[in-house]
Amino acid sequence: MIGLLKRDLTLALRAGGGFGLSLAFFLIFTALVPFGIGPETGRLAEIAAGLLWHGALLACLLSLDRIFQLDWEDGTLDLIATSPLPLEAAAALKALAHWLTTGLPLVAAAPILGLLLNLPGPANPWLVASLLAGTPALSAIGTFGAALTVGIKRGGLLLSLLVLPLYVPTLIFGALTATRGAQGLDATTPLVLTAGITLGACAILPFAAAAALRVNLR
Amino acid sequence: MVLTVTNLACARGPAQVLAGLSFSLKAGEALILRGPNGSGKTTLLRTLAGLTPPITGTITHAEGAIAYGAHADGLKTQLTVAENLTFWANIFGVRDISAAITTFALAPLADRPAGELSAGQKRRLSLARLLVTGRPIWALDEPTVSLDTENTARFAVAVNAHLAQGGSAIIATHIDLGLPGARSLEITPFIAKGMPAHDPFAGAEPFSGADL
Repeated sequence: MIGLLKRDLTLALRAGGGFGLSLAFFLIFTALVPFGIGPETGRLAEIAAGLLWHGALLACLLSLDRIFQLDWEDGTLDLIATSPLPLEAAAALKALAHWLTTGLPLVAAAPILGLLLNLPGPANPWLVASLLAGTPALSAIGTFGAALTVGIKRGGLLLSLLVLPLYVPTLIFGALTATRGAQGLDATTPLVLTAGITLGACAILPFAAAAALRVNLR
Repeated sequence: MVLTVTNLACARGPAQVLAGLSFSLKAGEALILRGPNGSGKTTLLRTLAGLTPPITGTITHAEGAIAYGAHADGLKTQLTVAENLTFWANIFGVRDISAAITTFALAPLADRPAGELSAGQKRRLSLARLLVTGRPIWALDEPTVSLDTENTARFAVAVNAHLAQGGSAIIATHIDLGLPGARSLEITPFIAKGMPAHDPFAGAEPFSGADL
């Protein structure tokens, strides 16, 4: 089981693996915001937490179609499906590998990029906590979407359309946690709800992803 | 019997491809699937491997007995030859990849990334994967594509060794592999021409806008 996770991490880190794509997108997105919104620090500080959540979500979306597509193209997915590894476990490991290579770097980068947007200092712990609690849900939901669209040539557009509405609850509660944190209010309730969405998504969606893969591999 | 297929009908996508197919396979036996291009050899092998459910009929074999060798090599080009094999050995719970490396003479290539290999070398690596599955029934789809004469013979030796150890193989191929005692199965008589696949909406009323 651990072999698939190790392989996915190795592939992501080797040349052409796509590691860093999401992180670079997140950096570019955040760096460009002051040019579009204007550099007034007060206005930026007000919207920084929500913007960082938007950036992280879009950066995550960018790498979703790689989750199963590459394995499908070279025939590895067929072989994994006929191996002793249950497809449910494969889907869960794929989601975990995606989070480790995409979600976790975004969480680590967010407080640094927060400086660019003049994010108030007390908001940082809430921002990191909300991203830590929320990004695994983005990976789990994304893995399900990738399983639904595997085998479709250039299915990235369909994948984004399928996944975006499912991302909305995570975005609402995640961004609310960070925004309330920035305003100095208690943000425990939205944080707990964000974590709840993640737990629910991680519990249910690997099974849904495996069912979708079985249909798509026929 | 390690594998028994009774009255099997299978489909690829929406089209039924084969119907009324029955055969069985003993331990130590090889079965060569014959049939022209597009006759359904790949569909049959995918059905046996469990990727496509059969429309009718039964396939009986021990749980996790079939190792499927697809047309695609299923290699990761960024990983080395040894890393590719180690990954599959780990998935199948096998410890040792050295037998697979020596059987297909991959030792000089072990540290090369799979992406730098020639088509024939990739094929050998893909076939070596069968040895690290440790599974008794090999279901192979055109295993000798892009192999030269020497390596085709090497593959035949590997299959014979597998059969001698009580394994079995079902191989779709167009060439003579040189497997003594292998049976042939011509699938042309079982081609389901023009038979529609099972359609869950077949009996439904046609949709008409007037119902709205």
